[in-house]
Parts: sequence; C-alpha cells; structure tokens
Amino acid sequence: MALKMVKGSIDRMFDKNLQDLVRGIRNHKEDEAKYISQCIDEIKQELKQDNIAVKANAVCKLTYLQMLGYDISWAAFNIIEVMSASKFTFKRIGYLAASQSFHEGTDVIMLTTNQIRKDLSSPSQYDTGVALTGLSCFVTPDLARDLANDIMTLMSHTKPYIRKKAVLIMYKVFLKYPESLRPAFPRLKEKLEDPDPGVQSAAVNVICELARRNPKNYLSLAPLFFKLMTSSTNNWVLIKIIKLFGALTPLEPRLGKKLIEPLTNLIHSASIQLCVQKLRILIEDSDQNLKYLGLLAMSKILKTHPKSVQSHKDLILQCLDDKDESIRLRALDLLYGMVSKKNLMEIVKKLMTHVDKAEGTTYRDELLTKIIDICSQSNYQYITNFEWYISILVELTRLEGTRHGHLIAAQMLDVAIRVKAIRKFAVSQMSSLLDSAHLLASSTQRNGICEVLYAAAWICGEFSEHLQEPHHTLEAMLRPKVTTLPGHIQAVYVQNVVKLYASILQQKEQAGEAEGAQAVTQLMVDRLPQFVQSADLEVQERASCILQLVKHIQKLQAKDVPVAEEVSALFAGELNPVAPKAQKKVPVPEGLDLDAWINEPLSDSESEDERPRAVFHEEEQRRPKHRPSEADEEELARRREARKQEQANNPFYIKSSPSPQKRYQDTPGVEHIPVVQIDLSVPLKVPGLPMSDQYVKLEEERRHQQKLEKDKRRKKRKEKEKKGKRRHGSLPTESDEDIAPAQQVDIVTEEMPENALPSDEDDKDPNDPYRALDIDLDKPLADSEKLPIQKHRNAETSKSPEKEDVPVAEKKSKKPKKKEKKHKEKGRDKEKKKEKEKKAADLDFWLSTTPPPAPAPAPAPEEVGVNAVTASKDECEDTKTEAQGEEDDAEGQEQDKKSPKPRKKKHKKEKEERTKGKKKSKKQPPGSEEAAGEAAQEPVQNGAPEEEPLPVRGTSASLCLFPTCDVRGSLQEDSQVTVAIVLENRSSSVLKGMELSVLDSLNARMARPQGSSVHDGVPVPFQLPPGVSNEAQFVFTIQSIVMAQKLKGTLSFIAKNDEGATQEKLDFRLHFSCSSYLITTPCYSDAFAKLLESGDLSMSSVKVDGIRMSFQNLLAKICFHHHFSVVERVDSCASMYSRSIQGHHVCLLVKKGENSVSVDGKCSDSTLLSNLLEEMKATLAKC
Amino acid sequence: MIKAILIFNNHGKPRLSKFYQPNSEDTQQQIIRGTFYLVSKRDENVCNFLEGRLLIGGSNNKLIYKHYAIELDILDLIHVFVETLDKCFKNVCELDLIFHVDKVHNILAEMVMGGMLLETNMNEIVTQIDTENKLEKSEAESLQPRRQRLQ
Repeated sequence: MALKMVKGSIDRMFDKNLQDLVRGIRNHKEDEAKYISQCIDEIKQELKQDNIAVKANAVCKLTYLQMLGYDISWAAFNIIEVMSASKFTFKRIGYLAASQSFHEGTDVIMLTTNQIRKDLSSPSQYDTGVALTGLSCFVTPDLARDLANDIMTLMSHTKPYIRKKAVLIMYKVFLKYPESLRPAFPRLKEKLEDPDPGVQSAAVNVICELARRNPKNYLSLAPLFFKLMTSSTNNWVLIKIIKLFGALTPLEPRLGKKLIEPLTNLIHSASIQLCVQKLRILIEDSDQNLKYLGLLAMSKILKTHPKSVQSHKDLILQCLDDKDESIRLRALDLLYGMVSKKNLMEIVKKLMTHVDKAEGTTYRDELLTKIIDICSQSNYQYITNFEWYISILVELTRLEGTRHGHLIAAQMLDVAIRVKAIRKFAVSQMSSLLDSAHLLASSTQRNGICEVLYAAAWICGEFSEHLQEPHHTLEAMLRPKVTTLPGHIQAVYVQNVVKLYASILQQKEQAGEAEGAQAVTQLMVDRLPQFVQSADLEVQERASCILQLVKHIQKLQAKDVPVAEEVSALFAGELNPVAPKAQKKVPVPEGLDLDAWINEPLSDSESEDERPRAVFHEEEQRRPKHRPSEADEEELARRREARKQEQANNPFYIKSSPSPQKRYQDTPGVEHIPVVQIDLSVPLKVPGLPMSDQYVKLEEERRHQQKLEKDKRRKKRKEKEKKGKRRHGSLPTESDEDIAPAQQVDIVTEEMPENALPSDEDDKDPNDPYRALDIDLDKPLADSEKLPIQKHRNAETSKSPEKEDVPVAEKKSKKPKKKEKKHKEKGRDKEKKKEKEKKAADLDFWLSTTPPPAPAPAPAPEEVGVNAVTASKDECEDTKTEAQGEEDDAEGQEQDKKSPKPRKKKHKKEKEERTKGKKKSKKQPPGSEEAAGEAAQEPVQNGAPEEEPLPVRGTSASLCLFPTCDVRGSLQEDSQVTVAIVLENRSSSVLKGMELSVLDSLNARMARPQGSSVHDGVPVPFQLPPGVSNEAQFVFTIQSIVMAQKLKGTLSFIAKNDEGATQEKLDFRLHFSCSSYLITTPCYSDAFAKLLESGDLSMSSVKVDGIRMSFQNLLAKICFHHHFSVVERVDSCASMYSRSIQGHHVCLLVKKGENSVSVDGKCSDSTLLSNLLEEMKATLAKC
Repeated sequence: MIKAILIFNNHGKPRLSKFYQPNSEDTQQQIIRGTFYLVSKRDENVCNFLEGRLLIGGSNNKLIYKHYAIELDILDLIHVFVETLDKCFKNVCELDLIFHVDKVHNILAEMVMGGMLLETNMNEIVTQIDTENKLEKSEAESLQPRRQRLQ
C-alpha cells in the first residue's frame, strides 16, 4: 500500500509497471497499436531518467513489447545500462532484455564485454548465473573470444550452479569461436565426471551436441561415455549418451558389440524382435503420442534390423490411413526403408490409392515424392519391372496441382536413358502423354505437371526409332497449343521435333515414298513458324535455325536429292548419362592450359566442330547460306568423322557399337494409341484395372512361373543328392534375391571421370557452423592454442622413475657392419614378430573384452623389467649399422641382399657383448635403482667398452639415451604422458638437428607441433656438443591406459666434426608400463572400505614365492615402482591404493607369508588390474 | 538443440517467447503465427509432434507442443516447465503468464539455457528461483527507505 502511495505522488509516467502495461493493452483492444505507441513514448521518457529503477522498469516493459513484435533495438544502450546496475533485480531485467533482443548485428554489444566479465567474476553466484544465461543468447564471436577464458575458469567454480551454466555455455562459445574448443576440451571432459549430476548432465549435453556433428573426433571418449551410461541414473543423460553412441557406432563397428549388453540391460529386453513387438503395441495404441513415438522408434530400428520391422508392414500401411498427418508422414518415412523387391509393387499400389484419396496438395505432394524416392532408391535396386514403374510415373501425371512435375520428368528421363530395355515401352507411353491434352491444360503453373512433357518430348525425339507412329507424334508436338507451354519445354519440343523429323524422313526415303517425305517437310515448314514467334529467346532461336534447315531440305527434296541420311546424321550416336558431379571431377591434366589455343584459330566454322551437340542445328542452319549444296555430303562426312574422333576422346562417352538408332522398321499401324508388346506368355490385357495394376498382375504371374521353374530345378537337384542334408535356405518362401528382373535390366551407371572419387565433400555446406568445430581433439595442445590469459593448474603428481634400461648406440666401424648382417636379419625377423604382436595389442585395448594374449617373452634381454624407454640392443645395433653405413643408408635391406657373406666371427663377438650388457644391467644393485630417481640415472653402457676404433670416414658419433619416464598426467590433462629423455653425446662430434619421430599407435600418439603430419618428427630444441647431456621432453596422448604399451621411434641427427657432417639415425623403443599411468593418491581407510564395498571393482590376484625382503621394504618398493600409497598396515598385511590418470581406482591387499607375498587387487578395470599385477609380479620376483 | 520455446493462448496471443537462435522481430512473429496456425489446426486427439514444415523453419525442425485446456520428450520438458510454473505461481493460470512474463522468463532461464537443457530437477529449479526472489526482496527492502525519503 505504501508503495502505491509513493507511486501516486511521483509523476504519473514513472509508475506504469509491466502489469499496468499488460492491463492497459488488454483494456485497449480496439486501438492497441495506438496505445502501445503511446506507451513506447512514455518508456522513452523513462529511459531518460537517471534513476536506475525507473530505467529497469522501462526496459522490463520493452521486453514484453518485443514479444509482441515491436522492435526495441533502439534501446540497446539503455539495456546495457540496466545490465550494469549493481542490484541483481535490475541486472536480471537488463540481461533478459538483452537476451531477447541482442544479436550479432547489435553494434553496442561490444560495450558489454567488460561488464559481463565483471559479472562473471562477481562474488554473487546469481549475478554470475544471470550473466551466463544472458550471454548464452547473444554471444558473438568477439565476446566468445574475449570471454572464453573467464568462462573456462568458471567451469571449475565451487558452486555447481555456476559450473553447470559455464559448461553449457561453452557450446555456444565453441560455435562462435571454434579455436577455443581444443584448449577447453580437457576441462569439459573432466566435467563429465563432476560430482554434481547437473554439471555432469550439462557436460554430456555439450559433448553430445558437439559429437553429433563431428562424431569421429569424439570416438576416443567412448570408454568414458560407456562408463557414464552404465552408471548414470539420469534419464536425460542416458538418452543423450545413447544418441551419441548412435553416431559413434558407424565409425567404430566394434563399439556396437561392446554396447549390446548395457543397452539391452537398459531396454530390459534381449532382442530387437521383442522390442519391435512392444513398439507394435505402442503403435496400435489409441494414444496418438504413443503411436507417433512408436513409429519414430521403429524407424530407428529399421536402420539396423530391417527384417524385423518389415514384418509389420500391415501396421505401417494402416497408419497411412490415420487422420493425423504427423503419423502419416512418419509411416511414409518408414515405408521408404521397408521396401524390398518383393513388396515394392504392393506398397506403391497402396500409396497410389492414398494419392487418389489425399486431401490437400501438401500431403499429396509428400506422397508423390515418397513414391518416387522409394522406387528410385539405391539405383532402382528394388524395381524388377520397369514397365510397371513407367506406368506408375504416367499415372502420377494425372495429379492435378502438384509442384513436383519436374521430379516425375527427371525419373522418366533417367529410366529411359539408363534402362535400355525399357526404351521401346517408354517411348510408346511418352508419345501417348504428348498426345493427351490434359497435361497441356495445366501449363500455367510453374513446376507443374506439364514438366513431364519436357521428358516426354525428349524421350520421343531421342529414341524415335522405337516410335510406332512417329508421324502422329510429330503432329502432336507441333500443335498450336504447345506454344502455351513454358519456354524451356517448348525449346525441347523444337529440338526433338527435328529428331523425329529426321527419323521419319529416313523411313520414308527408305520406303521410296518421296511424296510422303515431302509432306512431312511441308508440315514442318507450316508449323515451325509458330515457334519462331515465341517470346522465349531459346525457343525462337532454335525454331528459326531449324526452319531454315528444313526449308533448305525442302529445296533439295524438290531436286530429288536424298537427304535423309545426312539429316539423321545430325543426331547419330548415343547420349550417355553423366553423373551430376562429373564435370567438376574431371582432373585437368598436368601441363594443360585450358585457355590456350591448341592451334591458331582458322575460321569460325572450324572451331564449331568442338561445340557440344546441342547447338549443332545452328550450324546446320548457317551452312546452307554460304556453302554450295554439293559440298554437303563431303562436309557432313568430314564432320561425322570429326565427331567420332571427338567422341573417342571424350571421357564422358562410352564407346558403343554402332548405334542401331536410325535403322527404322516400318510397322503399319492404324491405332492412335500404340499397344505395348511384351514378350510374355501370359495374356496381355487384364480388363478393368488401371495400367500399373496390369503390370503387378503380370509380374506376379511371371514370378510364379519363375518360382515353379526354380522349384522344378530344385527338385531335380534334390533327387540327385538324395542323402544331402536339408538346407535352411531352401524354404519355399522366395527371398528378395530370388526374384529376377523381368527385363534383362541394364542399368547404365552414370559416368564419372576416371580417378574421380565419389566423395560427398562438395555436398557440404561451407556455411555450416558446425563445420568449424570439426577439430581433432586428441592432438595435444600446442602453445599457440592456449586461450588468452589462461592459467594452468598443474597438479603435483608423482613421477615415475623407471629405470634400468639404458640402451646405447655404439661406435662401430664400417668393417663390422658387414659381419653383422646375419645377426641383423635375425633382429629384423624378431622385430617383425614384435611388430605383429604390437599391432595385435594396439587393436584397441578398451574394445577388447578379453585381454589379448600376453606378449611373448621380451625378445631382448635388456627389455626385462624396463619400464620407460628402451632402445633394445638389437635395435641399437640395427641403427648403428644403418647409421654408420654409407650416406645412403636409409634402407638397410637392400644392402643385405647384396652381400650375404660369412659373418660368424662377428656374430660371436656380438654375443659376448650382449651377455656383458646383460651382466651389466644385472649388476645394478636394487638399492641404486631406488636411489636413482628420475634424472640421476646411472648410465649403463651396453657394449660401450667394446667400442672399436673410430671409423676412418663418415660417422663418428654415438648417442646415449638416458630415458626417464615422467608421467605428468592429471585428471585435468587426462591421458597425457610426458616422457623425458636424456640425451648424452659420447662422440667427438657436435650433434645437432636432432629430431625424434615415433610411430604412433592407435592408442598412443606423440604430440606434434600444430600442422605437422603423423610422419613428421618433433625437433629436439637443443644441440649437443661432445660429452654433454641434456634432457628433452615429449608429450604423448594415451587413449587407453589399461595395457602397457610400446612405441617404436627413431632419433635422427646430424653429426658434425672436422671431417664434415653426416646424417645419422638411432632407433629406440618406448615402453609405457601400466604402473606409469598411476598417480600416487592418498586414500583414507573409510573411503577405501566404501570403495571395496561398492562392488564396482573387479578382482584379481598374484602370488610370488621366494621373497626374503622385509615387508617394510617390500611395501616401499611397491609404493615407489608402482605409485601406490599405503592406506593401512596391520602386521604383515597392508592395504594400498592408487589412482590412474584416467580415474580408475586400484586397491591392493598385500599379505606376506613365510617366504611369499600375495597381492590381491581390485580395480574398476579388470584388464588394467591384471596388467598391473603382472608388472608387480616382475618387480617382486626380483626381491 | 532447442530452437525456441513459445507459450500462447487459444487465440494465438503469445504469452512467452524465447528464441535461442537470433531472429528478427518479424521472423519471430511469423514463426509464432505459423506455429499457432499449425497447432490450432490439429485435432485434440492427435499426437503432439509436428515435423518439418516451412512454417517452422524447414524440415530439420520439429514442433512439439502440449495443449493445456483449463488452467493452463521435450514433451516431458514442457511438463516439467508447467509443473514448475505451477509450483512457483501456486496453481498457474494464463493471467499469471500474462502479468508476470518476466518471472516466467526467469524460471525458464533456470531450465533451459541457450537452447540447451540446464536442469530438469524441479526442486532444484524452485530452490534457485526462491533464492533469487529472496535476493530481489532484500534489495527492494533496501530501496524502500529511499522511496520514503522521496515522499
């Protein structure tokens, strides 16, 4: 009340709030517009006030008016003022108005950047929330770029309310500023496992939305989503994830297998069949919504299990009768996928009856397009009888008022051109179409049914040799009414009239009917002028050219010169269908300049030979003007030759045997409508049925006959092999494949230039906003990609100093190289084997449900227990030989073949070396291993003491790799592993230009600088003078961490000394053990107990005998080598815990017996656990 | 993604319009009219889904609607929305929507953001709305003395 009084005392215009405005509008129903414009004036006054409350009120009213359709963009600045109010009440009004009215074109929008940033970092979560909500509606590329980092920070806000909004808005940011996707993605991914279900669902939402557009980039998230799917209870999240998997499975077929179980658990029904049956109940339900959803679900199932849906054809067809259009359309959609050779005719027949019944052109047009789609899908795969199809198309032409005449026309043309066997029939049908008047009547409508005349005229002209009554058709095409048709159709008429004329002429001359021939010419001369007068330029031009040509022919005919041959030569040859994209795909041969003259242009007439056929008549028309008629034949022959030549060189042309086109058979016919002749042993006319039904009948009988014959044959066969077992497939029901097409259908495929790939790339819309988000997310971030002012949270993680390894490259002279070869070959074989094993292991770990067979015992002794980086000796030697070969040492294999010489001696020596190396590595006391830490590793130089004198020439360098593996993964930068490699130069040369290249596996990839390909190496950012060592770090992205992983790599470098520089290589091998993916994470005993109780963890155990070390030391060893922490220890029993970089929990129970230790493990991933335990066993075995 | 959320009465008057894709006022009105035209034509006992028409912006869009006669998958969302409105307005009716369109917008903002589902838990939404309202109230109280002074 007090407020009311306050209002009363202030100026009247201040107090009209939103409610008053609404009430006012309701009270001024008759002059609403006037009242509103008056209100807008008031609002303008209010906006001039200094009081922010008044302004906010005004903006609030404007928001309402905006909904009613009034433009409020003029108030944009005021809106920003209200947005920047300190009070939440006003701020919210401001942001709401902005979200309703701002868009990319709003120029003041850039003024908001700082305000929004301020609000985003506001201590009040609601200020932040309202800013995020508003921003989500009007974010522009500029705002996205400037604020991306602020929003990123909010994704880790303490309040879930803010986190979920920040996560969700990232999608909008990505859309506007695609560069932000990669830097933000790790955090987004992390949010998939947020403790708050709202945030989790927001992250799922965003990633699913992203993945829907570019699924392949998100394949690596499959395991994570899989986990979510099996654990989440939120239905929205589940739906989204299932949709996402729908997009991913086509890309990774193995995913499907993996998904079957949880999905069936989700649907609670084991088989699709059951599912479809349930859907049937839904569809039969009287509730229209259930019906709709049932149909929708059916269409999804149809894609994978067409057979099970097909059995419900009756039901779907019933739905076509539904009164609800949405349901009818859904049913239509389903039918599209349900057709088979067997049921196509039946379904189309049903659809045709609906076409007749349908009210409203929209639905009828929808039916029409569906019929055509259904029939023409997959290159007419399901059509067994093209006569039937043509008659369906002809029946469709009876549709009044359709907008899809061109569709029917295109189908007629396509079928007539591509199915040679049908031409005769098509021509007869088309000629009757040309003859009938109803099509001409509709000619006023654009894209109307008269479009089919375009096809009809062309088919009759082009394949005129099949015409029964060419003369009659000619007359039909020359009727005066034709001039009412649209220009492009008339043009085709004119052009094809000549073709027809040519074929009639030929026929008459062959029959010796000179008079008849002249009569036809006269008819042309009489009727063509009506086209010459056409307003359409194309028609006019063609008609006048042709008229001149015909007049010329008339003159020749008067002199009794035979002309038919030459006239029909104009249209010799056959047109082949060309794929729509063919022209674009023709590659321009190298060195060909399309604009350059091949020969100097001689004269106009010469260059005309190169013109496409469609304009030839022009030429013909011109020719008589300046050339004596005697030269005609010669000239024509020459041209024909030239055209043949051209065709021979034309990539679009299928060289066919001489066309039978112009051989015309005179069939004396009197009927006006030609009767189709079909070579069938069944009666032709089935009275009382429309045309297409005839064919259905015929087809049925034909199939029946076919079946009978087949059965007979089958019986015979059966009799022959009486004892033969009954085969499943030999049931009497005919399958699709059994139905042979009626005509020997030769579907000519569309031509494409050679080497052209039928890619769909050019179909993609370059303006598609989602295209920019097609970004490889697995590639590690490059420095340049970081968002502006981005802060890094680099969680301290334990390092994993793995050791004992140290491979070396020795200095060797050229001489031993040869001797080594045998050994080398052996090594190569081994490597091949290894590679095979590796490949098998690489086949995605996650996807394999059973752990792959344990890798064969490590091939080189040095590899035992090597955890991080190993350049096995074998390989070192390999390298060495390669590195120390001649300059062209890249492929050692060729050399091998060249010189197979005895090399026993050296081989022996090598063995010695090896054993020494082994000894060395064994000599390393376990204590020192522990002490070694990460960088301070004792260099073990396998074979180094045996170094032979430096080679006389060439290489003098040798490198030592002292690898340490330093897992710097955290949940933020999930699945990334940093490998630090110490390089020591033990040669006297300066080593520079070092490049490390690693052969990526499916599971692990090295991070390369942006823009470089998989095969590029990563440069080492330093040089090494003699005797110096330095550490280089490389980042690897690991997808699945459940298995150990080996990567092969090569370090190439240039060794430079006084004698010159040489390019050299050193092969090595990186070994990522499962332990190195673990991060020492402390865990309280109660949490530990909960974890064990949860039952989500799978279990496994190992036992090692013969252990004498104290339990204390043992635990220390496990902690150190495998990154565990002790949760609790009771006597000789301890529980330990660790966590993988991908968040797997690993729990251990270690018990010490007399002389043995048993380790029981529980982990959320069984493969990871068993691999870890294997590694642990190896460690313990050494104790 | 959700493209727009619209509420209108049986006569096609918009009561709330929220577009998650930029459209000019004219297009917006056209869409509102078109949507109403499509929905009003439909019988009461047909399903609540309408697929791609020119009126609703092409064949990739779907219109999912629900008819509330007396009081006033997305279908579910609509339901959650209406129930939330019901809770916030204590038995919501058209008049509430008419006079408190700003509040309706605020509620919607807690459910859908930028065309994407933000929260479906009704209690969570109501809690947030209540807190926001309290915040607003406290701000209004701090405003009150100033008003009185003005008087």
